[in-house]
Amino acid sequence: MYDAGKVILGIVVFLALVTFPLWYNLAGDASVAAPDLEKAEGTQCVEDAEWMRGHHMDLLDDWRDEVVRDGERYFVGPDGQRMEKSLSNTCLSCHVNKDKFCDRCHNYMSVDPYCWDCHVIPKEVM
Amino acid sequence: MGIDRRKFFKVSGLTALGLAGGSVSKVFSRETPYGDSVQTRTWGTEPPKGPLTAQRWAMVIDLRKCHEQPDCNDCVAACHSTHNVPDWGNPKDEVKWIWKESFEHAFHDQEHPYQQESLKYLPALVLCNHCDNPPCVRVCPTGATWKRDKDGIVMMDWHRCIGCRYCVVACPYGSRSFNWRDPRPKIQKIEPDFPTRSRGVVEKCTFCEERLARGMLPACVEACKYGAMHFGDLEDADSNVRKLLSERYTIRRKPGLGTNPEVYYIV
Ligand code: SF4
Ligand code: SF4
Repeated sequence: MYDAGKVILGIVVFLALVTFPLWYNLAGDASVAAPDLEKAEGTQCVEDAEWMRGHHMDLLDDWRDEVVRDGERYFVGPDGQRMEKSLSNTCLSCHVNKDKFCDRCHNYMSVDPYCWDCHVIPKEVM
Repeated sequence: MGIDRRKFFKVSGLTALGLAGGSVSKVFSRETPYGDSVQTRTWGTEPPKGPLTAQRWAMVIDLRKCHEQPDCNDCVAACHSTHNVPDWGNPKDEVKWIWKESFEHAFHDQEHPYQQESLKYLPALVLCNHCDNPPCVRVCPTGATWKRDKDGIVMMDWHRCIGCRYCVVACPYGSRSFNWRDPRPKIQKIEPDFPTRSRGVVEKCTFCEERLARGMLPACVEACKYGAMHFGDLEDADSNVRKLLSERYTIRRKPGLGTNPEVYYIV
């Protein structure tokens, strides 16, 4: 192999540069504090908080299809109450400040759901 | 979470260019880690106030009564404010669910030069006919528009519409509008009970299915002070619409096309 030293050095430099962000983060404490989410106004969520944290997007997808495609708009909540499957009217009636709940966590997770392009934030239009 | 329509097209475009063969599978494989609680949840189907149901919804519009009130725009205003329909103020961007059309345009295959003055010059109310054989549904590649089995309403699912506008071309009545731009800034007062639409989707009248589900008549029917609009079940021989249809002379728009429109006009 010609110029083995230079090639290997090149590879090492390349790898070092490419993985630099990883080392940098490991060395410095680059962790970001988990967002401080506002407490909901209601006492009881439609599912337990732990499950909702991981699966609210699946639940909303289900609701969307059931409401729009099947016309099933209502469900019985955990406290036996009949509730509407509605992001704007049910979820946001307890999580009144979208910016202090939805947005804070979505920003932290760097996700950008487009629900709000169409669905109304009641507080903003009242 | 997921990707929006625009991003999806961008990614598909890149894929087609041969840049990333594997990206397609990533786009389609959304992980849905369902917990048990989804399966065991007990959904209710009845709303607190009984819904209005029918086997086949239909509308009868009394153009004579309508013509007696040439300045009245109550039905259009009620519909458009209930459903957050934007007002662009120009025909190019116009979005509409129900509007007034001249008789010769609405019924161009049924007019003649010597028609009664009232018909000739006074406008007819037009909206989606919720056709029993809807061409818009046949062409929709995504299933974003479909005819509901239970009551014949031709629905729109704005989540699924990709804005291809096949349906706009297929509809022989011009019932469908496309959102060329973000409609929100042009909505006078946003109604919190109904979503707005986003840029790039098609919209039209849905016979107020969201109101029917809550036990209310369509907004236009409710708004008409002069009793010109009637809404009922075509399959029920005793219904208001069947009664009108059997007693009065009624016409439909472009009946020769075979779409079987379910909005009838008393002329
Ligand atoms: S009037 Fe047009 S949009 Fe409505 S169902 Fe018929 S074809 Fe479809
Ligand atoms: S514009 Fe939307 S509703 Fe119309 S045919 Fe295309 S996907 Fe279907």
